[in-house]
Amino acid sequence: MIAAIRNIIEVKNLSVFYGKFQALKNIQLNIQANRITALIGPSGCGKSTFLRALNRMNDLIEGARTEGEVIFDGKNIYGPETDLLELRKRVGMVFQRPNPFPLSIADNITYGLRVHGQNDRIFLEEKLYRSLQAVNLWEELKDRLYESALKLTGEQQQRLCIARLLALEPEVVLMDEPCSALDPVATARIEDLMHELKKAYTIVIVTHNMQQAARVSDYTGYFLLGDLVEFGETNQIFTSPKDKRTEDYITGRFG
Amino acid sequence: MTRYFDEELLELNKKILEMSAEVESAIGNSIKALRELSREKAEAIIKDDDRIDNIDLAIEEKCLNLIALYQPAAADLRFIVMCMKIATDLERIADLAVDIAQRVLEMAGQPLLKPLIDIPKLATLSQQMVREAINSFVNKDTELARSVILKDNEADELRNLVQSELINDYMSKDPSTAPRAVALLLVARHLERICDHATNVAEDVIYMVKAEQVRHHPESLK
Repeated sequence: MIAAIRNIIEVKNLSVFYGKFQALKNIQLNIQANRITALIGPSGCGKSTFLRALNRMNDLIEGARTEGEVIFDGKNIYGPETDLLELRKRVGMVFQRPNPFPLSIADNITYGLRVHGQNDRIFLEEKLYRSLQAVNLWEELKDRLYESALKLTGEQQQRLCIARLLALEPEVVLMDEPCSALDPVATARIEDLMHELKKAYTIVIVTHNMQQAARVSDYTGYFLLGDLVEFGETNQIFTSPKDKRTEDYITGRFG
Repeated sequence: MTRYFDEELLELNKKILEMSAEVESAIGNSIKALRELSREKAEAIIKDDDRIDNIDLAIEEKCLNLIALYQPAAADLRFIVMCMKIATDLERIADLAVDIAQRVLEMAGQPLLKPLIDIPKLATLSQQMVREAINSFVNKDTELARSVILKDNEADELRNLVQSELINDYMSKDPSTAPRAVALLLVARHLERICDHATNVAEDVIYMVKAEQVRHHPESLK
């Protein structure tokens, strides 16, 4: 049963600057729990910056400065008491290119847990099973757990990266173009996986593939030149966008 | 930016216009056939209906292809889906013109039961509603579409007038008039159904242009 709709993240007046360049302008947006929110828009318009702002990954970029608030679990993550390691565990990220560690499949899953101090062998094995099961990799890989993760196909690697994240029991999964390095069949399977995952997790995905946003998401936000032009239910955005600029982008007249 | 896709949409638009012209002339001819009780004109309408059916099939195929190949969204999607629905209504209007032609064949060669008064009014109204519904599509004119929808009540009233007159003044007084009265009753019914389909087209035009659903909510038009 999906929980009643609630905002898991509330973004208030969020602006991000890279040096003097303002990449995001006063963004207001709520992310709902157990829903998939897609962010679309042309390249360089702030989608990925916004995504990275949700778990403070922009902190890693030199010269980046953030204003405004991102409220997660009742607290502004930009407040001084935020534990970044803990935040990024609860709000995890999957990247464009699968980036498994050059370790065995099993170690990829358990590495993060061990970093967080978990050494119980039975617990780790249970996690390994559950995480691979959750991304439908267990049956495929159960006899190859100690082979290098780098031998897997691109799709398997991307699933493994998602499984690695799930092992840490995140609440929100941020996905930055998770299918851009995958073929259409692999893409379709990752999309199916997203539908399964939203029962337990909240997903925010940045995608250049508008049809992907239409297929997988419940809510869509359209970014243009650092502004959030329009945000609404995906059905509404793709059948009757309210803003002319959204209409032009969705119908391929612009972008 | 101009899109190749726009040429495809233009082609679809042309097919709808072609079908509209055929349908308008089918109604016009069926009304003429009725006024003159012309067997020859009625037969021509029945024969021409195949051509309209074929355009309908071609429009449906074009729409399905555009959806499958381009995955249209927003205004493009609304345009294509509404073209598909409008084609269906136009095809039904043409079928009703055929139905009128068939009534003409039944009535031809016998004297009219009574001079026609309200039926010609209804015929004129239905022709006008179809023409205006098509014009509202062509010009994406939602005000005109709205006025078409608001005329539908008038059509219903005229049909009721014809019906009560035929039943009360003829059929119940002299049952031998029934065959000719029923034919006229059906003509009124066909004309009123034409108005209903013109109303559907107008409603679809409003959705297509404004993404506003007015179907089943006539109060939203007031």
